Amino acid sequence: MGALMVIFSLQPKQKRKRRDSVEDELELSAVRHRPEGLEQLEAQTRFSRKELQILYRGFKNECPSGVVNEDTFKDIYSQFFPQGDASTYAHFLFNAFDTDHDGSVSFEDFVTGLSILLRGTVQEKLNWAFNLYDINKDGYITKEEMLDIMKAIYNMMGKCTYPILKEETPRQHVEIFFQKMDKNKDGVVTIDEFIDCCQNDENIMRSMQLFENVI
Amino acid sequence: MATGVAAWLPFARAAAIGWMPVANCPMPPAPREHSKKQDELIILNVSGRRFQTWRTTLDRYPDTLLGSTEKEFFYNEETKEYFFDRDPDAFRSVLNFYRTGKLHYPRYECISAFDEELAFFGIIPEIIGDCCYEEYKDRKRENAERLMDDQEENKDSKLPNMNFRETMWRAFENPHTSTMALVFYYVTGFFIAVSVITNVVETVPCGSTPNQKDVPCGERYTVAFFCMDTACVMIFTVEYLLRLFAAPSRYRFMRSVMSIIDVVAILPYYIGLVMTNNEDVSGAFVTLRVFRVFRIFKFSRHSQGLRILGYTLKSCASELGFLLFSLTMAIIIFATVMFYAEKGSSSSKFTSIPASFWYTIVTMTTLGYGDMVPKTIAGKIFGSICSLSGVLVIALPVPVIVSNFSRIYHQNQRADKRRAQKVQKARLARIRIAKKGSSNAYLQSKRNGLLNELLDLTGSEEEEQHMNKTSSLLESQHHHLLHCLEKTTAHEFVDEQLFEQNCIEGAQFSRSPSLSSQEGFTGTCCTHRSRKRIPLPNASLSTTHTHTHTQGLQELSAIHIQCGDQPSLSTSSRSSLNMKSSERSRINCRGQQITTAVISLPSPTNFPPDGDGHSPANPIPAPPTINTTTSSNIVKVSAL
Repeated sequence: MGALMVIFSLQPKQKRKRRDSVEDELELSAVRHRPEGLEQLEAQTRFSRKELQILYRGFKNECPSGVVNEDTFKDIYSQFFPQGDASTYAHFLFNAFDTDHDGSVSFEDFVTGLSILLRGTVQEKLNWAFNLYDINKDGYITKEEMLDIMKAIYNMMGKCTYPILKEETPRQHVEIFFQKMDKNKDGVVTIDEFIDCCQNDENIMRSMQLFENVI
Repeated sequence: MATGVAAWLPFARAAAIGWMPVANCPMPPAPREHSKKQDELIILNVSGRRFQTWRTTLDRYPDTLLGSTEKEFFYNEETKEYFFDRDPDAFRSVLNFYRTGKLHYPRYECISAFDEELAFFGIIPEIIGDCCYEEYKDRKRENAERLMDDQEENKDSKLPNMNFRETMWRAFENPHTSTMALVFYYVTGFFIAVSVITNVVETVPCGSTPNQKDVPCGERYTVAFFCMDTACVMIFTVEYLLRLFAAPSRYRFMRSVMSIIDVVAILPYYIGLVMTNNEDVSGAFVTLRVFRVFRIFKFSRHSQGLRILGYTLKSCASELGFLLFSLTMAIIIFATVMFYAEKGSSSSKFTSIPASFWYTIVTMTTLGYGDMVPKTIAGKIFGSICSLSGVLVIALPVPVIVSNFSRIYHQNQRADKRRAQKVQKARLARIRIAKKGSSNAYLQSKRNGLLNELLDLTGSEEEEQHMNKTSSLLESQHHHLLHCLEKTTAHEFVDEQLFEQNCIEGAQFSRSPSLSSQEGFTGTCCTHRSRKRIPLPNASLSTTHTHTHTQGLQELSAIHIQCGDQPSLSTSSRSSLNMKSSERSRINCRGQQITTAVISLPSPTNFPPDGDGHSPANPIPAPPTINTTTSSNIVKVSAL
């Protein structure tokens, strides 16, 4: 009698274990992501083979599973700005890189983004920047969106700055930005206004070329 | 520098393009990469075993031996590899630290050998990952204890410069230090035993004289016992006085438990001497003799275990209190019940509730003397319930006390657990400082960069080479990134001390906020360019053009860099460098002026230049940092 009870109690556990292990495997395989082949990436981006190798090694080291989720992304980005809080800006950056909006940045997304930033034409770079600022991706940058971005950037500075950061500093900065960019004064900046204005601004043009030789 | 994520620096820099359209000022130029090295494999030959890794892997931690240029000392030209004459097994952990970012402590490794390896390769042990840190700390503590035990045996040699009083105190506390102390220790122990035994024997009836019944020995041999007592008390008094004399803090000594016990032990004798043979007080005198039994507590100086027991009871006070309280509750309840149950029966011993207390206590502790027994049926029922519950109530708190005792015992054995907590705090503090070093490193390099400018303009070449020292390419790229952020937001990073000072200053001088922020915007970008013309090693750029201000508002910026900074890489060459430059400024009349003080004049009234007020307010840092004293003498206001 006791033996029967023991056997009965064991059985369901085994079934449960088998089911669990199958589910676990599914989960694991979903998280582990293998990128497309080197040749394909070479064709899609403007990096050479060697550069892709270096990039992938660094990427995989930090994210062994092959994809970056938003928290890891925020962590990594925050380490470059120890004095302030880079998480908000990292959030916007994450959305800019995550082009298919699946909640994680795979190596392809990563490399595609970098390819535009480092090897793209000025037009493409400006496009990318516009995409970053346009939080809801509706083709217009409103003052609220710009304010969010500006606050995020100022947050990265942290508290200890000179001169002391005031509450209205981001707002004023947004005003200046809109004065410059918003040609028809309709309160939003479209992609054409943006690209036009940036191309006419010498400072911005020069600074776009700044990071050419990063890789 | 963000260690371990160096591989993502190119990404962070690329992402900085997002700030460009927003910035109002031109960006600083990117650091030049002097040699565009392709990533290459490095061979590390450690005592014959070859390890290979990418160069960038090692570059992740630039403040260690392998990550910095220090490894060039070990480069072997013929074989084109780096040779280290160290243990290859330990090196495995070190290299894995570079690869994975986590340092692990291998269990088979000897703790001091591992420490030596870490010290050699410039890695601080606090970075050991959480998985292995407990083990590491435990092993280290054991080792330290063992060494300390060995050391203590050698500590018996008398320290020099101890006066007589300190020697005596040390002799009292550690009897093993000298033979005199040991003799004293045994003598007092003997006399305590003698005193206790005489107290006991005094009351034994010894022999009977034919005409009287048994008398206790104390009354028979009064003189002999009196002499013994006197001798013991003499010894105890002398000991007490000597301890009082030798104690470093007499007041604290007199308050301590042991000294109170001493006093209580000898006081009855003196009181007895003083008191006459008056009938009324002799009764009280007899009770005083009870206190003589406290002499037995003097043994606790001689026994460590007794002390621990006493300490345990003291620290278990709450558990003991709970035990007592619960017992009292139960006693009252059962006594009441028993009283009312037995009220009916005749010739019952349960005359009142307090009388029933005795029955309840005896029953609950399962003593059962039998002098009071219930006779009624109800009484017997409740009596049995009482005895059963007694077992439970007593058995429950006792294990708590026992476990407390064992805990305290072990705690006493490892009294440096408290030291370990401090070490934990110290570890976290060290890691925090190392991380803070990254933000401070940027501020420092800014200073370096600006001093570089000054040097460029004063035209001395040698010092410039001094400056281009340790910042690796990665660091300079990271700093360039931070500099771009500063330019984008038109604000600058400063360290905490300066920030607080600014807050205080801001409160003091009550500048109009809107004015200064506006100036901050328009002024910032342009002044930097104009600065180039006038060589001023000014860190902050929130100054304004005087020609845009008719009100005479002048805000000259401060050499904040000179004040209150934690030097993470400070060299003597840097401080001497500054002195040289200021000397040069005094001697050299090339028409270049160096502003070295904070002077903010709020508009429009003419406040006196507060330069003097400010510079002394700046904390003068420790010698390794830049010397402020020389600069505070040169309060020159540069004419903008």
